[in-house]
Amino acid sequence: MRKLAWLLLIVALLAWPFAVGEFYVNLVSQIFIAAIFAASLNLLVGYAGLPSLGHASFLGMAAYFSALLTLRLGFDHTLAAPLALAGTVVMAALFGLIALRATGLGFLMLTLALSQVLWGTAYRWVALTEGDNGLRGLTRPHFLGINLDDSTAFYFFALLVMAFSLWMIARLVASPFGAALAGTREQARRMSALGHNVWLIRWITFIYAGFWGGVSGLLFVYYHKYIHPASLSLTSSAEAMLSVIAGGSGTLAGPVVGAAIIVLLKNYVSAYVERWNMLLGFVFVAIVVFMPDGLVPGIKRLWARWGQR
Amino acid sequence: MTFDRRRFIQATAVTAGAGALGMPAIGNAQEQPIRIGLMTVKTGPLASGGLDMERALVMYLRERNNMLAGRKVELFVADSGGVPAQARSKTQELVERDKINVMIGPLAAGEALATDDYIRQQQLPTLSVAAAEDMTQRNPNPWFVRGTSTSSQCAHPLADYCIKQLKYKRMAVIADDIPYGHEMCAGFQRVFEEQGGKIVQKMFSPLTVPDYGTFLAQLKTNIDGVFLGFAGSNGFRYVRQFNEYGLRGKVAIVGGMTALDEAVLRNMKIEALGIITTCWYSAKLDNPLNKKFAAAFQAEAKYDPGFYAAATYVEAAVLENALKAVKGNITDKAAFMKALRASKTDTVRGPVSFDSYGNIVGNVYIRKVEREEGRLVNTVIQTYPNVSQFWTYKPEEFLKNPVYSRDWPPAKNLES
Repeated sequence: MRKLAWLLLIVALLAWPFAVGEFYVNLVSQIFIAAIFAASLNLLVGYAGLPSLGHASFLGMAAYFSALLTLRLGFDHTLAAPLALAGTVVMAALFGLIALRATGLGFLMLTLALSQVLWGTAYRWVALTEGDNGLRGLTRPHFLGINLDDSTAFYFFALLVMAFSLWMIARLVASPFGAALAGTREQARRMSALGHNVWLIRWITFIYAGFWGGVSGLLFVYYHKYIHPASLSLTSSAEAMLSVIAGGSGTLAGPVVGAAIIVLLKNYVSAYVERWNMLLGFVFVAIVVFMPDGLVPGIKRLWARWGQR
Repeated sequence: MTFDRRRFIQATAVTAGAGALGMPAIGNAQEQPIRIGLMTVKTGPLASGGLDMERALVMYLRERNNMLAGRKVELFVADSGGVPAQARSKTQELVERDKINVMIGPLAAGEALATDDYIRQQQLPTLSVAAAEDMTQRNPNPWFVRGTSTSSQCAHPLADYCIKQLKYKRMAVIADDIPYGHEMCAGFQRVFEEQGGKIVQKMFSPLTVPDYGTFLAQLKTNIDGVFLGFAGSNGFRYVRQFNEYGLRGKVAIVGGMTALDEAVLRNMKIEALGIITTCWYSAKLDNPLNKKFAAAFQAEAKYDPGFYAAATYVEAAVLENALKAVKGNITDKAAFMKALRASKTDTVRGPVSFDSYGNIVGNVYIRKVEREEGRLVNTVIQTYPNVSQFWTYKPEEFLKNPVYSRDWPPAKNLES
């Protein structure tokens, strides 16, 4: 049964670009990108218990790094992409040093402040980032000789990257390190007493989350071929946070579902409903009221209750 | 925590299913209607202008029974929220799902730049409202024409007016800290200083600044006037605070094309009286087309049409004219673009044509806020006929300079 469901999902995902028009292919590609981004944030929010409102820094920085390297220095994508990710990781390590001086609300405010610094820099350093005009004229890379400018090719590329990212994140969560991480979330003091270096565990997770945030940033800039400071803004961080909370933090599928909801509301429903922001609000209120721990755990609970009857 | 695969699949499948339900049935009629996409802003800080854009365009099409050049038209409206990345995905939606033939919009400079390469790639004829200078200057897009104006197109004549008619010598400028504000101030400064004036103070306030107190306290009072390069409702807020600070009567105000738009003028009182602004349009323009449009808009919206309403109304008129020239055959995009660029149209803003870069050449009006029938209006006091984006400069020489910005042209006369 479970295997059949997996098979169906894989067939559906593989057949999707051939069954629908370009718009819907691109829509799902965007869901993939948002899903990686939300899943990386979920490592912090759900598994480490560290609510971050600055996760857009990693998406934005990787995107800006890649854009600047290819545009200003003429680097090839095969060189620019690893460099952009390396830059993002270094930045995540630095940000971790600062932000992890606190937990809880303090951590939230520090991450928010750090990301606002980046956002302000991107806005103000016009000579480098072109400020509010954004960087344009970017290209998509060729992957294994395939031109990703084609929407179907990009769809499969994004699908591949997403599958790998989610697998890697799942690996970390399921590993002994993941267990220790859950321990620091539940009982930090006890973990400390048991001899675990709580701070180090959190720092490594922070960097790891930053890395996957950077991966989603690369996909983001490849997809849009344009980058603007808005990608670094609080709104961008908050959208990822909402995805995680709506889908269910601390679950692997939660952020994927949450990201899908946000992208569909923002890019699809908004064409029919003028006040889609309001609808988004209603959806979240409904989720919080009826399934306080998110859609995925909520549906799971409903399923279990029906199953017992 | 383990990876619960069943939930993962179910959750993802629900999402995929939701997308599939919304798939449109694409039919192939013999004579398909012309599909027009409007890229506007209906949420966020720029929404008031964006809604005016939609209202005026719908009015234009309704007045013609949704027929342009003998063909039925369909309108598709998308809301970018003023966010460039969103504008891009919305443009994709209009092109890939709604299969539009031509796009009107977007509104903001950043949105135009974000969609630039996509417009080229899709070869999508676009009639833009956004003012970003380089879209029709150093890096012109062959599929892009602008029926409104560049940021500085109306600021150049105002500087000329300040020197020649108002005899101003020393001025300050303040604008929103966005490319639109920078470009407008730079254009004003260039003409003003080349004709012997001095810009002694330059200030750029954040677009969403809650309070202009600090900027008003800094403002020099030993000057002849201050130029406002604001967008949206910022001009309104600045002028109101200007009045509260007791500066009214001490320093004169002149404004750029969106500083005291009709859309905000309706909320203003005596503090706005007498202020001189520049724009390519005024609801008070005395031509038969505009008299009809302004009256109809006023009847529907209960306020006068301004920059944004006139923008789409003008674009629609230009579009109709070009469609007539190609006998409604919009599928031959190259021929249509050629007709669009060659078109000469009589519009509510007066007669317009395009330069070889795709930017409009038309009248620019110097206007003064006056009271009429119990409401404030922008009365036209002088007309600069057929102003191009290059003012009186030669295009080649103009384009050799860097694009207008915070730092170019350099301000040499600043006094600290």
